[in-house]
Amino acid sequence: MAVLQFREAIKHAIDEEMSRDERVFVMGEEVAEYNGAYKVTEGLLDKYGYKRVIDTPISELGFAGLGVGAAMNGLRPIVEFMTFNFAVLAADQIINHATKVKYMTGGQADCPVVFRGPNASAGQLGATHSVAYDSMYAQFPGLKVIYVSEPNDAKGLMKSAIRDDNPVLFMESEQMYGLKGEVSDEQDFIIPIGKGKIKREGSDVTLVAHGKMYHIAVKAAEELAKEGIECEIIDPRTVKPLDVELILNSVKKTNRCIVVDEAHPFAGFAAEVGFLIQREAFDYLDAPVLRVTLPDVNAPFSKSLFDLWLPGPKQIIDAVKQVTYK
Amino acid sequence: MAIKIEMPKLSDTMEEGVIAKWNVKEGDTVSAGDIIAEVETDKATMDVEVFDGGTILKIVPGEGDAVPLGGLIAIIGDAGEDISSLLDSDGGATSDPSASTESSKEVEQTETTVSATQLPTAANDSTSSDGRIKASPLAKKIAEEKGIDLQSVAGSGPEGRIVKKDVENASNSTATSLTRPGAPASTPVSTPSFSSLESREVKVSQMRKVIAKRLSESKFSNPHFYETIDIDMKAAVEARTLLKEKLDVKVSFNDIVVKASAIALSRHQAINSSWMGDVIVEHGDVHIAVAVAIDEGLMTPVIRHVDKKGLLDISSETRELAGLARDRKLTPEQMEGSTFTISNLGMFGIEEFTAIINPPNACILAVGAIRDVPVIENGAVVPGKRMKVTLSSDHRIVDGAKAAEFLNTLRTLIENPLSMLL
Amino acid sequence: MAKKAKSDISFAPTGMQSPEKGGVQKGVDLPPATKKKHKSLGLSNDQVADMYAQMYLQRRFEERAMQQYQKGKFGGFLHLYIGQEAVSTGTVFALQNDDDIITAYRDHGWGLCRGITPKSGMAELFGKATGCSKGKGGSMHFANVKEHFWGGYGIVGGHIPIASGLAFANKYQANGRISTCFFGDGAVDQGALHETLNLAQLWKLPAIFVVENNGYSMGTAAKRHTVAEIVDRAKGYGMKSAVINGMDVFSVYEKMKEIADDVREHSEPWFVEIRTYRYRGHSMSDPQKYRTKEELEEYQSIDPIERLKAYILKEGIRSEADLKAVEDGIEQEVLDAVTFADESPFPEDSELYEDMFVEENPYFHV
Repeated sequence: MAVLQFREAIKHAIDEEMSRDERVFVMGEEVAEYNGAYKVTEGLLDKYGYKRVIDTPISELGFAGLGVGAAMNGLRPIVEFMTFNFAVLAADQIINHATKVKYMTGGQADCPVVFRGPNASAGQLGATHSVAYDSMYAQFPGLKVIYVSEPNDAKGLMKSAIRDDNPVLFMESEQMYGLKGEVSDEQDFIIPIGKGKIKREGSDVTLVAHGKMYHIAVKAAEELAKEGIECEIIDPRTVKPLDVELILNSVKKTNRCIVVDEAHPFAGFAAEVGFLIQREAFDYLDAPVLRVTLPDVNAPFSKSLFDLWLPGPKQIIDAVKQVTYK
Repeated sequence: MAIKIEMPKLSDTMEEGVIAKWNVKEGDTVSAGDIIAEVETDKATMDVEVFDGGTILKIVPGEGDAVPLGGLIAIIGDAGEDISSLLDSDGGATSDPSASTESSKEVEQTETTVSATQLPTAANDSTSSDGRIKASPLAKKIAEEKGIDLQSVAGSGPEGRIVKKDVENASNSTATSLTRPGAPASTPVSTPSFSSLESREVKVSQMRKVIAKRLSESKFSNPHFYETIDIDMKAAVEARTLLKEKLDVKVSFNDIVVKASAIALSRHQAINSSWMGDVIVEHGDVHIAVAVAIDEGLMTPVIRHVDKKGLLDISSETRELAGLARDRKLTPEQMEGSTFTISNLGMFGIEEFTAIINPPNACILAVGAIRDVPVIENGAVVPGKRMKVTLSSDHRIVDGAKAAEFLNTLRTLIENPLSMLL
Repeated sequence: MAKKAKSDISFAPTGMQSPEKGGVQKGVDLPPATKKKHKSLGLSNDQVADMYAQMYLQRRFEERAMQQYQKGKFGGFLHLYIGQEAVSTGTVFALQNDDDIITAYRDHGWGLCRGITPKSGMAELFGKATGCSKGKGGSMHFANVKEHFWGGYGIVGGHIPIASGLAFANKYQANGRISTCFFGDGAVDQGALHETLNLAQLWKLPAIFVVENNGYSMGTAAKRHTVAEIVDRAKGYGMKSAVINGMDVFSVYEKMKEIADDVREHSEPWFVEIRTYRYRGHSMSDPQKYRTKEELEEYQSIDPIERLKAYILKEGIRSEADLKAVEDGIEQEVLDAVTFADESPFPEDSELYEDMFVEENPYFHV
């Protein structure tokens, strides 16, 4: 085990897979000369040269689609978006092409592309730079969506994503890039896509939280533990395919669940998890499933409003007390 | 005038910077726009620029030192100027709290602001006035497995929702005695080989009519909710024993509960109140009705000004009124004007129960038996004494938190009998 | 195509090359500045003095903004316009006051010369209720719609089609207004620009699409992210075009006035490349490793504010003392704006839900 920053864990995964498989290349805005807008690809240009580490113009639709075509034609592109807020410009290529080409051609063409970059908000970046897109993409058939919270998960799942023969969205957070954690340096360390993890055991309530919200859930759980309420925290790590069994087993134990999700509330990840629990664990519920999400409002710039907007530990604590009847 | 140069924020995620290089030394002259140092941030090495000109009077951190955002790194001013006050006032700490205490402040701010925006209440879809029993899916399932009639279970959740805890409690105390739903107790037994009591009609007495009317009204028109608290009776038992052995004074546990309730009521006036339609009257006096079981039913003589009376007076007055009640000699005055009621079934071994509010009181306290329970003290299991009391409250007047506060005061008083002297 | 040896393959940008020995790599090649004096451009002495004051204000405002950002007074992005002030100033003097302006996220200068006061601008940066966008937009979203400044937009290229919509509505309503759209050289690579240029020419919209080519798309030199000359994009659409020296306010004024008059008269769009230079990083966390100090200094030596100051003194439009007084006044105004922003309240919590819908009590999903 080595202690790595989140950004380093991703880089190690990319680096290892690039050494292992010559078809893998990295492309995106500022990934090469600038070493990555958030330094995730630092040093890769020096190591692999201009053929495999490629700076693009600000042409998201173009280079995302180029990634799709290259993947169809035998390569394994890793396409970086400076943020998934900019991937909206490339949504046609992701939603209409990457996810559908295999199906439309009756299975003749595969599309093993990885789209990666930071997702959701990162402080006061205003309305157009603060949206969490994992739920939205998870709605579309044909995509795997990963949104990790810790360096070790990032490494193991990034390697799985690169090796996966389907289009995979791999989401990170600007605010987690500096986060340090123990990362496996085992040869071929892989975390399978679709496997969540119980990151904290507890008997009183299940918290399902992924990405940046996982860390908020941890803070809330620490506070609640002082009052004798023990939260079980599940980090699904992969939004889709979702590790439903893990969540259900936990809810069957605790009889209550709060889903923490950094998306807007309507038809999001929290709504889906809530529905599944209702369908599969109805008789185990001792309280309604609640969710902590963003409000149904755009991201404000002002710090005071932004802090009000972004879910924090307090909202989770309130929700937990509500379902534990405290 | 000397100006402090502080560690600038050179990236949005930066919390501290490491001085990579000083481009100036003390005594150098600089002008606005000069790069005086290079700082390593979490992202890159960045230039530190000054916005005012002058002489570098002091350089605080050396190369390689880490300084938090806003920490003092240098002072600029006129040569020879006295800067001791600037140095004293800032030991390298941050001068702008909004920058450096970001994470703790974030939590704080959400704490103060969240309520207006988030989270619909969980129970907003379960309000119903149609008498439907509300129970969580889990509670329903447990009740079915154990054959518990949910009708007989009081819900402790929001809007009276029956939750897991409630059915479990119900099953502990009463499950064996309950019939399964669908097997009505009144079905005549037809097998002749069993000797059975004859069914008979009993005329409804005047007292029963009054009880029926008053308590039905109360139960159906006052939205009841219930809160139970478990009280450690060790100190109360000891105090009572002490009174008996040393002073030959006999008081009952019920007397202690009445006294403690009176003190708690004087501290929580909202509990000592009545719903009057347009107004809520919070009574200034504490008059406690004590439920007394008699053959024909139930009477509730009132002990007046309990908060002003000592334990001995309460004890003797209770005994006297109970005697009058059993003899049906209570005057109407002795049964009127209560502000609170206590009902005790502890002598029957009832662990806990919920009582119907005695109008026009806002609340009634149901007192259970003192149980011997194993408790853990200093890591060892030792015998302990516990008593459960359940407060039924009229939700029009009293909210959950208010009731809980009262119960906590009551518990503290009973657990520390000496404090009743204060 | 013959198969190449694998080791020869590279996707390095084709425009990349080292400067001539001893020379300085330039971000942009500036066309010559206009030779005309202010009188022959139709500018009065007072107007020239106003131009100077406006450019000086933009510069001092942003320098103080940068200082406040570094002090941690506000967060988020801060993209500075320093070095490019002649573009906004020359343009605004060339346009009529009701002509529409829309720009990208590097928007402070545009706001200041279209009616946003230093106080309401600084307060917006601080996220205060007194800001021009009530603290909800921040640095990237200055706006003053009342004075036809439609604001700064945060997605590269995202506002270009919107500019064509502004122009479409002006033509539809026959109100005589024209719309102008400003974006960086990075946005030239966005598909939105090309779709919009075609639409604008197709329907002869009264619009001017202006690339403020400051040499860098974030950290990538224009020469390395886009091919051929930017201005030649217009040819593919049969659109009128021009290249302007953006380091000289008179050159910007002269050409933009001619173009605006032409658009107003013929209702036909223009594609314009104004070459300029930003002195600061792309945003506050940019270490600027992609360019040399010498390159930066070369442009600073032809600073548009210093250039105009020299002209004013040479022509005797104002004395040194006059200018000093103007500068001191502006410096004080900017410091007052900082105090104002600092002391202004944050928005009320209820503001979070305001401005989402037109209705007074709109539906919010919870």
